[in-house]
Amino acid sequence: MTEHYNMPDERGHFGPYGGIFVAETLMPAINELNEAYHKYRQDAEFQRELDADLQHYVGRPSPLYHAQRWSEALGGAQIYLKREDLNHTGAHKINNTVGQALLAKRMGKKRIIAETGAGQHGVATATVAARLGLECVVYMGAVDVERQALNVYRMKLLGATVVPVESGSRTLKDALNEALRDWVTNIDDTFYIIGTVAGPHPYPAMVRDFQAVIGREAKQQCQEMTGRLPDALVACVGGGSNAIGLFYPFIDDASVKMYGVEAAGDGVETGHHSAPLCAGKPGVLHGNRTYLMADEDGEIIETHSISAGLDYPGVGPEHAWLKDSGRAEYVNITDDEALQGFHALTRMEGIIPALESSHAMAYAMKLAPTMSPEQIMIINLSGRGDKDMHTMAQREGIKL
Amino acid sequence: MSRLEQRFAALNAAGRKALIPFITAGDPYPEFTVPLLHEMVKAGADVIELGVPFSDPMADGPVIQRASERALAHHVGLRKVLDMVAAFRRDDEETPIILMGYLNPIEIMGYENFANAAQRVGVDGVLTVDLPPEEAEACVSLLKARNIDQIFLLAPNSDAKRVELMDKVGSGYLYYVSLKGVTGAGHLNTQDVEQQLAMIKQHTRLPVGVGFGVKDAKTAKILAEIADGVVVGSALISKIEANLDDPEQARSEIIELLSSMRQAMDSGA
Repeated sequence: MTEHYNMPDERGHFGPYGGIFVAETLMPAINELNEAYHKYRQDAEFQRELDADLQHYVGRPSPLYHAQRWSEALGGAQIYLKREDLNHTGAHKINNTVGQALLAKRMGKKRIIAETGAGQHGVATATVAARLGLECVVYMGAVDVERQALNVYRMKLLGATVVPVESGSRTLKDALNEALRDWVTNIDDTFYIIGTVAGPHPYPAMVRDFQAVIGREAKQQCQEMTGRLPDALVACVGGGSNAIGLFYPFIDDASVKMYGVEAAGDGVETGHHSAPLCAGKPGVLHGNRTYLMADEDGEIIETHSISAGLDYPGVGPEHAWLKDSGRAEYVNITDDEALQGFHALTRMEGIIPALESSHAMAYAMKLAPTMSPEQIMIINLSGRGDKDMHTMAQREGIKL
Repeated sequence: MSRLEQRFAALNAAGRKALIPFITAGDPYPEFTVPLLHEMVKAGADVIELGVPFSDPMADGPVIQRASERALAHHVGLRKVLDMVAAFRRDDEETPIILMGYLNPIEIMGYENFANAAQRVGVDGVLTVDLPPEEAEACVSLLKARNIDQIFLLAPNSDAKRVELMDKVGSGYLYYVSLKGVTGAGHLNTQDVEQQLAMIKQHTRLPVGVGFGVKDAKTAKILAEIADGVVVGSALISKIEANLDDPEQARSEIIELLSSMRQAMDSGA
């Protein structure tokens, strides 16, 4: 790339993707948010407060860890893990909720709403709401409420109201629908903290900018530790916030390859998966144009993944653009392969990854051996696996 | 002149206001819809908004969400809805039909394929909830070339600038959503509506229909005094939901409610 990457345009377009596709009642709120976001992203005082929160509350910078034993065992690239699992609340999600909550406070909003799938974004939102003393309502598909009981309890402890969503497939996409309905109804006093790089503009760009701290740190840490840029970046992609956070600061560095790993569920060929970039087509959902899983009538297809956090039929519009432009490559990993990744990292390095991040680990196990030991790969370890103990035990027939 | 413009011009000349029922196509089952459309016309409907079922109806309240789910259970999507319009047109070439729904079904069919199909079966207007005017140019120009109107929504928090934008990009009529929220929610405040309509009317030449929260003949009558059209949706669909084991009963209750609205709207003060 010779030109500096500067997506999106001012109305949020990444090529044909992104944009603002919402009901009219939301337009004034979106415009208000857009103005506030553009004002504060250049505001030195806001940035200082954000940086201080990231350092003292979230615990940044997160380490870049050289997984030497695992690298040797795989016999290829040197693997470095960006340890987002060590953040407060256990995943990268809080980088974004801290930022958006500060924005909500600046905008004078008293009430926070959020959608959540696995519950990580819900917990990260309830956490910052508790800290700022803001009312917090989290929408969660009824199916996810059942399979993520621990996170539901965490959110309640933090003072949030968790609303189980009974409509549609009763998972993440339906939680998003319900959060949008709440927003449209309570537009004057409510700030909607979207958890990923999807939704109408400015969310995809704003969430990316809050998550880009991952890539900025990784770039600097890699330089300090190895004196050079990495050769490959690997991250899992559901909505795609941890991946874009790692990728974004490297987009202009043409030598750095980027791999986004989607959830293939039972296998892309079975239709039971959550891999819109690998097996979907462009459409419009939840405020933006992007790759989606839809049938011939444009109805959204139910998705499947062992990891609730990747169980979403769409993907951030910037990933759609990075795919079409060829800048990033999108691959997929099945449930079974992800479990291998989970066990490999746990046993080789003593780190238990989230099932979402395990998809990135599993792809790294395929990619690393094709690279030379002089090459460097950074994997985003986007969250820790504590929340997945029940799912894992159940899957392996163990009673806790 | 589109069929929709003709209809509003004729109503205007007669000093009457448009009664615009909304039902979800295929609810509670596919064969229910076309006969109901004809009966609604007999009961006094001037324009019909036909809902295209969508898996993720983000702007709809529970009543229309469940209507969508019932229709989708019978695999009624955009293609079947177009077939229903074709079937309706065999016996009615006068009553304008507006397809109301979400953008993704149209995206997946392709704008040009959709515009061609809509023209072929006799669709008069398209109201796409999640397609604001800023993103609508490509779709609107294809529809306009086929004499199909793109209807836009206006909300209580839309300012004069946005009304002017809708006036420029849209045609047929504007649909004023009388409250902040989803379909079928709460009760509307007719005073607020009146104030807002006065502002809107200063910035558009298009007829303005009002909907969201219209539950009975009394409300319809009050709105007919201040707007060009009254849209009723969730109140009709509630009749279907209340009589799932007896669709004939649902049909007669829908017609009864519509007739009472028609009478109220046409009766003098």
